[in-house]
Amino acid sequence: MITKINHVSIFVLDQKSAYDFYVNKLGFKVNTDVEMGSKGRWLTVNPPEQPELELTLMAIDEKVMFDKVSAEKMRDLVAAGTFGFATFKCDDLLATYEELKQKGVLFKKEPTREFYGFSAVFEDDSGNWFSLSERSKVE
Amino acid sequence: MPKEFIISFVMPAESLRKLYLYRRVVQAKLFIDRKYEENIDVGEIAGEACYSKFHFIRAFKGIYGQTPHQYLTAVRLEKAKELLEAEMSVTETCHSVGFESLGSFIGLFKRRTGLTPSEYRRERLERKRRMIEKPLSFVPGCFVEQMNWASR
Repeated sequence: MITKINHVSIFVLDQKSAYDFYVNKLGFKVNTDVEMGSKGRWLTVNPPEQPELELTLMAIDEKVMFDKVSAEKMRDLVAAGTFGFATFKCDDLLATYEELKQKGVLFKKEPTREFYGFSAVFEDDSGNWFSLSERSKVE
Repeated sequence: MPKEFIISFVMPAESLRKLYLYRRVVQAKLFIDRKYEENIDVGEIAGEACYSKFHFIRAFKGIYGQTPHQYLTAVRLEKAKELLEAEMSVTETCHSVGFESLGSFIGLFKRRTGLTPSEYRRERLERKRRMIEKPLSFVPGCFVEQMNWASR
């Protein structure tokens, strides 16, 4: 039976820039980074507390999932900030928000208390947006 | 409209003072991130944050779940792992990240990771070697096939 999610894809416009964002700014750990010359770069990172959940920083090119037409469409969609590929959690939203801001991360929504919780929204270097919420005490 | 006003409007429960406290504590945390290899004095960081040592440590622990000193040790251990993986010797790694005693470093490393620094280093180098030799074994099969990466 299926037991776990192994890889989740985050489509990025540039893997080098994405590496800098996810590793140096968000503090994710590099899991696998395999260069294969002209065939592409397989690059995965994981959140510090989830070493088995790999986020694949997926290039949008004609090598894996896309052909020329769909690659162009996908790049346009990503660049337009269409996608939120994941949601993230933290222990302390204000502290995390403060640190990410100091590291140059752009927020689309400042920390806000809604009826469902305390959350903010930031974007990565490609324009993908992510909801970031605080782990509530009851969990 | 000043940003502080907007933030306090959006979060009426959070006072500006709390925000400034957060800013100071986060700055201290980032200071530790940058200067971990130096002989950091927590009292000095507290002073820079304009708090008494007691209140600063308590505020830090409230936000990060550990004292500044515990956090400093954790950062040093993480950096040690990176250096070992980059093939630095155990002794040089120990001193590079700011630990003074090799014996304590080895003991601490083993307690936290379950491996001695040498064992960890060996394991990571082995993984790197496999990654270079057989990169495709680290990539999910579906991608290998679709991409025709496997040589025919």
